[in-house]
Amino acid sequence: MSRLTFAGLETRPGQVWGQVRLVPLVREAPVEGLRMHPGGLEDLGLPADGCWYTPHGLTAEWTGDGSGVPEFGTAMRMAASTVRGSRRPKAKPRFGDRRTRVRFVPRRGALETYLPLAFRAPVVAWPEWSSRAFRHSLLPLPDRTYSGALVDGLADALRVFEIHPGQCGVLVYVADALSGVLVTPHPDDYRRLHPTLVEDSYGELIWRYSMLYDAVPEFEARIDASRVDSLADLRARARAVQREWAAFHDGALAAGLLDPEYHFTETCAMAEFRLVRYRPTFASVREAHVGEAIMDAQGRPAFLQSFRLSETHVRRARLLEALSVNEWRLEATAEALGLSTPALVALLHNSDLDWMLRRDVADRNLARHRGQ
Amino acid sequence: MESVADLTAAEDVLLFVNAAVAATGQDEFHTGRERQTWSVDFLHEYMLVNYRDLYAAALALGINDRNKARIVQRLLSTGADAVPAQRAVEGRLIRRALRDLPASRVYRLFTALQKAKVNNRRTRAVMREWLAARPDLGFEAVKYRGAFKRAAVHAHLDLDGLPGEAGDELAAFLFAPKAIGKFRTPLFETWRRAHYERAAVFELPYTVAEGFAAAHRIPRGAFLEGIAPQLTRNERLRLQRSGGEAVALDAAALGRMPLTRLAAYVLAIPANEREERRAELTGALRAAARRTAGDRAGTWGAVAAVLDDSYSASGSTEKRRRPLVVALAAHFLLEALAGEYRPLWLSGNDDALLAKPRGVTALGERILDALETGPETLVVVSDGWDNAPAGLAAEVLRVWAVRLDPQRRTAIVHLNPVFDADGIGVRRLAPGVPTAGIRDAEDLPELVAFARFDDGRSGIAELRAAVDARVERWLAEEDR
Repeated sequence: MSRLTFAGLETRPGQVWGQVRLVPLVREAPVEGLRMHPGGLEDLGLPADGCWYTPHGLTAEWTGDGSGVPEFGTAMRMAASTVRGSRRPKAKPRFGDRRTRVRFVPRRGALETYLPLAFRAPVVAWPEWSSRAFRHSLLPLPDRTYSGALVDGLADALRVFEIHPGQCGVLVYVADALSGVLVTPHPDDYRRLHPTLVEDSYGELIWRYSMLYDAVPEFEARIDASRVDSLADLRARARAVQREWAAFHDGALAAGLLDPEYHFTETCAMAEFRLVRYRPTFASVREAHVGEAIMDAQGRPAFLQSFRLSETHVRRARLLEALSVNEWRLEATAEALGLSTPALVALLHNSDLDWMLRRDVADRNLARHRGQ
Repeated sequence: MESVADLTAAEDVLLFVNAAVAATGQDEFHTGRERQTWSVDFLHEYMLVNYRDLYAAALALGINDRNKARIVQRLLSTGADAVPAQRAVEGRLIRRALRDLPASRVYRLFTALQKAKVNNRRTRAVMREWLAARPDLGFEAVKYRGAFKRAAVHAHLDLDGLPGEAGDELAAFLFAPKAIGKFRTPLFETWRRAHYERAAVFELPYTVAEGFAAAHRIPRGAFLEGIAPQLTRNERLRLQRSGGEAVALDAAALGRMPLTRLAAYVLAIPANEREERRAELTGALRAAARRTAGDRAGTWGAVAAVLDDSYSASGSTEKRRRPLVVALAAHFLLEALAGEYRPLWLSGNDDALLAKPRGVTALGERILDALETGPETLVVVSDGWDNAPAGLAAEVLRVWAVRLDPQRRTAIVHLNPVFDADGIGVRRLAPGVPTAGIRDAEDLPELVAFARFDDGRSGIAELRAAVDARVERWLAEEDR
């Protein structure tokens, strides 16, 4: 358990367009030895006569010795595909040693993929889920995520946003609710990833806010004229205004992301960097952000991507967390939550998680719950 | 002391003039053209109803051609609302304005009048008078044939009575060109022959010849080579990037081009080529600026300029890099006007020729840098979207005026090349700092002089006196 920080990054003044506020993060110097390549999928050999959608996934590439990473696809020694590489027999570890590239699941699928992983969901249920999906078609998701193109004003805000020199990150606020964070190791990576923010997915809350609000106030600079006697004073005051904004932003606007404690799950070691997934303790937070990050040896984020869960997500996550802590025992979980077992099963049913239970257990408890 | 109503009236008028200078009905970086059309139409209507005489006088105030044509159209279509004295002044202003407008604009205005079904006696008289005063009617009938025909019909024009050698064949040329056989007027005859003969195409005006060249399937290279003598100055400049050797201009010829158009051409060249042709391009820009400055060159004393090359200066697909073009042209013009000149680009770039729209609009810091040099005049050329942080420039300018320079020794002017449709006007930097819209950098000296009315303290009487003086001068030029 520890906190996220923006160490190594400086907050710069945000830019407002309608209800969207984009707050840039700037690095003094780019992180050495790690680059993120957007859309780093090789030619898949799909037939030309058709319409194919390749989701925008990221590729992280590192050198291990801190030297610069070459442009994507230009280095001879890099493995062409880590997927193919990972299928090689383990008996030849030399290849694994040379592995310098990792692909990310496209963000749209990342959420559904990673949330259950964190809770060690019982894999025995997958055949059940599979047969149910086969018979009743795919289950409706309890809540959907929205592509950035559907979030009102986001596309325009990204279009007119002016990228700072050395900018390596951005925080996206919709109606001043933090909806996503992107941090990259290098300014060029950021420049290439900036337009793809509109293809990312956002929670229902964010979509709803974008519809309900049409403007947020600009953070107006204020200088106290009575304390200025020379140009040097004026310059000092102007600098102070910028510092005040950075402090206010990190302390108030981004507090929902930076204040809570997170569980970090280490998933991959990349030379001195490590790839982690983080999730908050759902029982205590009001604003829940989950995502992936690449941390350097000092725990500073070289790469970070964050998604704000909606209330429904959080409710499901709370239930999964409680189940996971109590080793998936219904009675113990119900007791821990202060509920009766039928009430817990009803909750699971309402959150569309009851498919994980045996049918007779679910039915019996639901009947008892209704009878009460 | 002026009353609030006076100040408001002055503000309204200045708002309109600034908007009419900057708004061109095209997409801007932040807002599209639909919203702009709405805002500008509103401003026109508001001015026409509330300050009709000042609305007509705006024709003399250096607003852009599109808005001049709009004003003329509105004045002509609402003549019944004006008193006779107003009508007399309007008539002179309209006649003068039409004489200054490019012919293509005027023909487009006539078409707009026809579409709007404005056909009162005054409109017909204005059209007739303008057409009768054209030096070469035959040429215009060929070049603007469609619009000319519409105007002739709409104004009930007596074509045979028009002056010039083409007069008696005009009707045949416009309405029955195939029936007459051979024309006696050489250009009409060339036009007739161009339907059948390749060689005749090259004797026609460029825009007309382009259509015939397509019909005759003349290759583009050969066409440009043949048509090169017929090109006008602006057409030739426009073809520099795509036309190749046949239409190429040398450095001296480039220097004779209008400054802002030349700056647009320079910024369209890729950076490495600009680097290679540095001496030639800089020389041409300097020459154009010196010519624009004329006898005012070197008279402005110490000047500092804050020039906006942030990402928003890239304009839109319709107005490519326009704000940056204006900033670059202003840079060279101020260099020529000033005794001592300090340019400060927002990105920290020192090399004006390689200017590139990139980065944020941190106006506050840059204005501080400029004020530190102690200039007599500070000119800010920017779209006014101060965003790093927002409003810092306004605060810096306010505190500067209140605490550090209460006597206003430094004259500060903000010139804004971008119309902000949402704000209905050009975006201001700070309430106390005069802001003027700018279309072409050539107007910069007049705009800086006029901007002093925009400091929020001049009333309508003072402004009206200045405008009247200007109208008098402008109309007097006509009589000479």
